[in-house]
Amino acid sequence: MSTTLASPTLPSGNTPQQRVVNDFSIQVATANGSGSQTSNTVLMRALFQMGIPVSGKNMFPSNIQGLPTWFTIRASKHGWIARKKEIDFLVAMNPETAKEDCLDLQPGRVIVYDEPLKLDELRSDLHMYPVPFDKLVGPVCPDAKLRKLVKNMIYDGVVAYLLEIDMEEIHKALFKQFGPKKAKAAELNWGAAKAGFDWAAANLSKDNPYRVERMNGTANKIIIDGNAAAALGCIFAGCTFAAWYPITPSSSLVESMIGYFKRLRTDADGKATYAVVQAEDELASIGMVIGASWAGARAMTSTAGPGISLMSEFVGLGYYTEVPAVIFDVQRVGPSTGLPTRTMQGDILSNAVLSHGDTRHPILFPASPGECFTMAGDAFDLAEQFQTPVFVNTDLDLGMNNWMSDAFPYPEGPIRRGKVLSAEDLERLGGFERYRDVDGDGVGYRTLPGTNHPAASYFTRGSGHNEKAQYSERPEDYMNNMDRLARKFESIRAAVPKPEVDYAAGAKFGIVFCGTSREACRESQDQFQREYQRPVSLCRLRAYPFTPELGEFIDRHERVYVVDQNRDGQLHQLMKLDLDLTHLAKLRGVRYYCGLPIDARSITDEILRQESL
Amino acid sequence: MSTTAVPPKKTNRIGLEVLSYKGGKTTLCAGCGHNSVSERIVEVFFEMGIQPWTVAKFSGIGCSSKSPAYFLNLAHGFNSVHGRAPSVATGAMLANRNLMGIVVTGDGDTASIGIGQFMHLLRRNLPLIYIIEDNGVYGLTKGQFSATSDYGAKSKGGGLNEMHKLDCCLLGIEHGATLVARTFSGDKKQLQAILKTAIAHKGLSIIDVISPCTTFNDHPGSTMSYAYVKDHDIPLHELNFIPHFDEIQVEIADGETQEVTLHDGSVLRVKKLGRDYDPTDKMAAIRVLHEAEAAQEVVTGVLYIDTHAKDYFETLNMVDAPLAALPEGLTRPAKAALDEIMEELR
Repeated sequence: MSTTLASPTLPSGNTPQQRVVNDFSIQVATANGSGSQTSNTVLMRALFQMGIPVSGKNMFPSNIQGLPTWFTIRASKHGWIARKKEIDFLVAMNPETAKEDCLDLQPGRVIVYDEPLKLDELRSDLHMYPVPFDKLVGPVCPDAKLRKLVKNMIYDGVVAYLLEIDMEEIHKALFKQFGPKKAKAAELNWGAAKAGFDWAAANLSKDNPYRVERMNGTANKIIIDGNAAAALGCIFAGCTFAAWYPITPSSSLVESMIGYFKRLRTDADGKATYAVVQAEDELASIGMVIGASWAGARAMTSTAGPGISLMSEFVGLGYYTEVPAVIFDVQRVGPSTGLPTRTMQGDILSNAVLSHGDTRHPILFPASPGECFTMAGDAFDLAEQFQTPVFVNTDLDLGMNNWMSDAFPYPEGPIRRGKVLSAEDLERLGGFERYRDVDGDGVGYRTLPGTNHPAASYFTRGSGHNEKAQYSERPEDYMNNMDRLARKFESIRAAVPKPEVDYAAGAKFGIVFCGTSREACRESQDQFQREYQRPVSLCRLRAYPFTPELGEFIDRHERVYVVDQNRDGQLHQLMKLDLDLTHLAKLRGVRYYCGLPIDARSITDEILRQESL
Repeated sequence: MSTTAVPPKKTNRIGLEVLSYKGGKTTLCAGCGHNSVSERIVEVFFEMGIQPWTVAKFSGIGCSSKSPAYFLNLAHGFNSVHGRAPSVATGAMLANRNLMGIVVTGDGDTASIGIGQFMHLLRRNLPLIYIIEDNGVYGLTKGQFSATSDYGAKSKGGGLNEMHKLDCCLLGIEHGATLVARTFSGDKKQLQAILKTAIAHKGLSIIDVISPCTTFNDHPGSTMSYAYVKDHDIPLHELNFIPHFDEIQVEIADGETQEVTLHDGSVLRVKKLGRDYDPTDKMAAIRVLHEAEAAQEVVTGVLYIDTHAKDYFETLNMVDAPLAALPEGLTRPAKAALDEIMEELR
């Protein structure tokens, strides 16, 4: 058996005829629940272990079993880890999507498929590798019930042969994945991978252009998903309390926390130095977080858009009562039965002004697992220093996908708990006024319930209070309070993480973006330079409220493209609340909203269109 | 020069006067049952010698939820979101397990908008005193029926309630509360004994206080008016609370008195009145409430008590020290721990 590549009509410019080393994408199409996650992770890790920069993105349905799912692995010697728009190497295991997936490939690409699918009848311009998976799995897996799962490991062997992935690395990745407790399962799967490799070696010829070679691009790197990174970030930030309600794609954040909490925060007597509550809904989660923070715990919750909707009133109350809270929002598409398993920057606007009345909330925008880790600490420090709810907007792409990342740095400096008066302080001061702006930064001093002093108490209630926390409906008291809260927001502006700015010499235009758009925007900048010889500047916003660096960036360019992973340009719209008209006149929008992680080519093409290039 | 001796002010066992337990001036209507509840709280916390600044007060929204401002000014208070005081209290109590938490809500807060949070609060058995000032009516929005209004009750405007009621005590008994009591704001002695028992109890206490609304639900045809409740109140027993710091007088067992020893060593002495009722018998408690509803009676007293159940701190295996007070050395793991995890992820 050999490949069929019958006189392909390959388009110019994009033709993979020569060897393409460490620069391609692999997509594996399977059915959800078929156990392909292990083989895909092993494949990705094997590349990573060979020193090749990788990313892995899972496009899965809202379903436990049966619906189509695609896993994309990108290998990039340049270090580009955004999703690649084009698929170079497809493994078609799912009969339901195989035909369509095959027809979508560009000429000259590679497809490995389950032989009975007979995809060779569809195209003659691809490198086609039919594999008799069912025949191969029998001998290596005597237990018929396990064959569906083990079958997937066979394609790892086939792909390893075709791309020249070192089987030793597959072995290492496989045993790491299963861990010492599941060595027997690992052996079974290893047998399948070897069978795939041996069969491919005997039956297939490596006439496709894609190859991997060892390089040194992953030294000191780790592989982790953003949710686990955020979980670690919270724990190393000294978080003591978490309340949550399960919701895709945020569930694995607190689930990771529970695992790490047990490991890292069990004291010498075997007791927990934390509490985690799976609440009855998101409304209760945020209520518990507000209660715990009010009583002095470092408290967080994590959720997604529908949970944010339920949290609305409490977040407003947190703003007015000035109680810290950290809310991780792993953004996704749509309410209810929307596309809960697809990514979106969907809650930028709503989080900035969540609740009723005049409310403004700080938002942090991590772009990597490293920032999920460090910004967890930033979020707790900001929340407690400024006594207000703080959002951390990640998204499904960052939260649930595996990312290559630098190892996380141990947090520097002490945990910042903000202005909290102790019994000794109260004894010295003789008392305090909860909402008085003593220091001119808009932030009052608070006491915690249980503080052992008769002057410690105050009554916490919504917007109707004076500086002494007494009930008041006087117009001037209300306005004083609102004006102080506005001053406080300006203090927050001076304290949030600054943008990451990359000025390109001679750039006429720049790109502004946040969060997971970073990798695609950096790659788009490279595409403009290499393919069009146009320098492009980049400004990655890391927080709301926006800082003066954004205005300066706009000043230095003729036009600025604001990249949003949503239809309505939420980041763009939020700038309209903050920037002046001369700045706004220069802004243009690039909106990407199909539910998939954003890719560089889509950004480049859209800017080219608007630039009329 | 006057030499009239000023009698020494009465202080409790921790040396505080009753003034230290007072709250702000009430803004509720004259005669409102809720004010009686606030007064009883002041008396009981004073008599029990609870340090006011170890108490945290919680409420939702409504007339009842205003009342934490009318007792224990020296305690922190949190007037939170309608029906959501349970979540705020849960968070706060887990952050500082040394607090004595007291929630005051109403029937709208608990049985309607907050029924979800109430039900899940029950399941956890968090040590907390949860008072429902129950008047069967929405006062602050002027007289709508609430979910605890009896079937067939008449509103002030003449409307008939044709919806079945939710009995918060029945729910409490069935779903995990470990002290459940019903009482009447006008029964000073019984309310005091129940509040004291709740203070000594280690677990969730649900106290449903029938607390008539003089403005919107005190008319003929109401089943929660002062007159109706006085007529239909059937105390299950006579309650005597003997605090742990008092010497317990030996009483000869006569078969008519049952003693329940509470977590702190205090004793609740339950003296039978007519019927044979054991408040530690869950099925009996459920039965007596169903029978009372059928007979249009308001049975009051300690309906159910379980002094052995695990509380939420134990369920979560929490450290004895408040989470809020843990030093950084305990809350931020060492660098070596992070390095080890990073190594595993390479």
